[in-house]
Amino acid sequence: MNETNNSQEIIICRDVHKWFDQFHVLKGISLTVQKGEVVVIFGPSGSGKSTFIRCLNRLEEHQKGQIIVDGIELGNDIRNVEKIRQEVGMVFQQFNLFPHLTVIQNITLAPSWVRRTPKEQSREQAMQLLRRVGIPEQADKYPAQLSGGQQQRVAIARALAMQPRIMLFDEPTSALDPEMIKEVLDVMIELAKTGMTIVAVTHEMGFARSVANRMIFFDKGEIVEQGTPHQIFNEPQNDRTKLFLSQILRH
Amino acid sequence: MAVVEVKPPILSIGPLAWVRKNLFSTWYNIALTLFAAWLLYILLKPAIEWATTEARWGVIEANLTLFMIGLYPRDQIGRVWLTIFILAALIGLSWGVWKHAARGFALMAIGAGVAFTLIALYFGWSVWREWLIAEAILLIFYVIGLYLPRGALITASAWFLYFPFIFLLIAGTKYIATLPPVDSGLWGGLLLTLLLTIVGNFGALPLGILLALGRRSRLPIIRYFSIGYIELIRGVPLITILYMASILLPYFLPIDIPPPERVIRAMVGFVIFEAAYQAENVRGGLQSIDRGQYEAANALGLNGAQTTILIILPQALRAVIPALFNSFISLFKDTSLVALIGLFEVVRVARSILAQPEWLGTHREVFLFAFIIFWTFNLAFTYGSSRLEEALGVGKR
Repeated sequence: MNETNNSQEIIICRDVHKWFDQFHVLKGISLTVQKGEVVVIFGPSGSGKSTFIRCLNRLEEHQKGQIIVDGIELGNDIRNVEKIRQEVGMVFQQFNLFPHLTVIQNITLAPSWVRRTPKEQSREQAMQLLRRVGIPEQADKYPAQLSGGQQQRVAIARALAMQPRIMLFDEPTSALDPEMIKEVLDVMIELAKTGMTIVAVTHEMGFARSVANRMIFFDKGEIVEQGTPHQIFNEPQNDRTKLFLSQILRH
Repeated sequence: MAVVEVKPPILSIGPLAWVRKNLFSTWYNIALTLFAAWLLYILLKPAIEWATTEARWGVIEANLTLFMIGLYPRDQIGRVWLTIFILAALIGLSWGVWKHAARGFALMAIGAGVAFTLIALYFGWSVWREWLIAEAILLIFYVIGLYLPRGALITASAWFLYFPFIFLLIAGTKYIATLPPVDSGLWGGLLLTLLLTIVGNFGALPLGILLALGRRSRLPIIRYFSIGYIELIRGVPLITILYMASILLPYFLPIDIPPPERVIRAMVGFVIFEAAYQAENVRGGLQSIDRGQYEAANALGLNGAQTTILIILPQALRAVIPALFNSFISLFKDTSLVALIGLFEVVRVARSILAQPEWLGTHREVFLFAFIIFWTFNLAFTYGSSRLEEALGVGKR
């Protein structure tokens, strides 16, 4: 699709800055994600990790620097932004399913209206996705009738229905009860193993350990440290990384 | 004996048990009940006595047609019946297609039809036949609605076409021989009241939605125009807008355009007024939508218009159904203000009847009847809308 681009680098960020009023929330993030790579971003709350991932599909606007996703630079041209959003799926902490639509309607909505996929085809594809996330029997229910874990799996199916090249996960398990976290992580692990490019903000260290190619530690709007899970867990270099890991791994 | 034992104890449920439990359970409860009954009797006795002996209900019977359609030509009355028949068909169709959501309105319509049939039969009026036909049409179309393919689309379009169509039917046109034009000055009574209500509300809702969206627009011109419009209109009484529409509008139009008829001017006035209120109702709904809904829609690549129409508005409007119906009812009652600009809606008809020499001094009967008309309709609206709310709320929030 983007032949001219070096096809291995699917996300390129150069010196990305963002402010909320006077507050400097991203202080020069530079990062490159390879196609098929699974990147886990973690760090204390308020470190800017969610803001950063939301900049990647321009739910937040960066004010300085450059973000190039799938060969297209994110800027003020709304058509570029819409194009990128079609290629980038996102899963939110609060699921954000559409409560007035059934599960199957939630999934087929964007393919029908944005991609103009014929009705039968988008329905068939949606059922396939629901089977993949393990809840085909819930197709005609409304989101409010599902458990949190089921809702999040529908949200993943909804994002996948657009056949994105990249998936963003913004704390996908933080709003879930403990017994439901695993069912969502299982879907994410399966997805990672199919070669999908994934950028996930999460504190699920088990997930990171088993599928992440790279872990990035955010603190105070900066990338403090990055490396493979093995490096991060066994020989973290930075004191702040060590402190944070000791806090979340203690129990 | 064993068979008898499995039956539920009869007096523990039902109205009789309720009465016994709540009104006659102890000696002081009995005393209070009797005292309240006596008090009620003392207070209502004069009213009941008046209603059953002194009141001249003949004034209602003699002027019933006037109450219903004003001075609409009596030889064209079939056109009014036709609007009722089509309405019955649409209600029946909606009931069949949307089931629970429309059932409340359908039940109220059936109840009203049966009541009108019985009343007409009791007084020996010939219109019982028309009401019975309306009932039959409603039920037939209910069954059709149950089996109609693509029923929702057809029914929604039919409703959409209904309003311009009845307008054409009532107003007539010189191009169709069987539908000669009827001067809008002759439209009156309940017919006019309902026309004003329906046009006022259904004209105002789209405008209100646009204003509500405009008020939240990022473009300053659109935003300030919407705010200006809403605050200007909300800041003045309805009657002044009606006077403006009625008296001043002709002066603002170019000289070679004949001013629209008075009824149309009143309708424009209602739409202008009601749009501001509906806009604020809808804005309340828009504000209740979580930011995550916009983000999820955007993240999927939906554009702004798709997000608004497919995601935001359906939820926002559902959230404010009570407020929308509140405005609807409020406007229904406010239509009585057009009496002041010379239109013959229900209240003005009532006053004109009092001027008839043979019915002097029948204020109580006439206004009581007008009171009952408004109250009955509002009861039906309220019942229908609360059933609709229930049906739409199921499993969705």
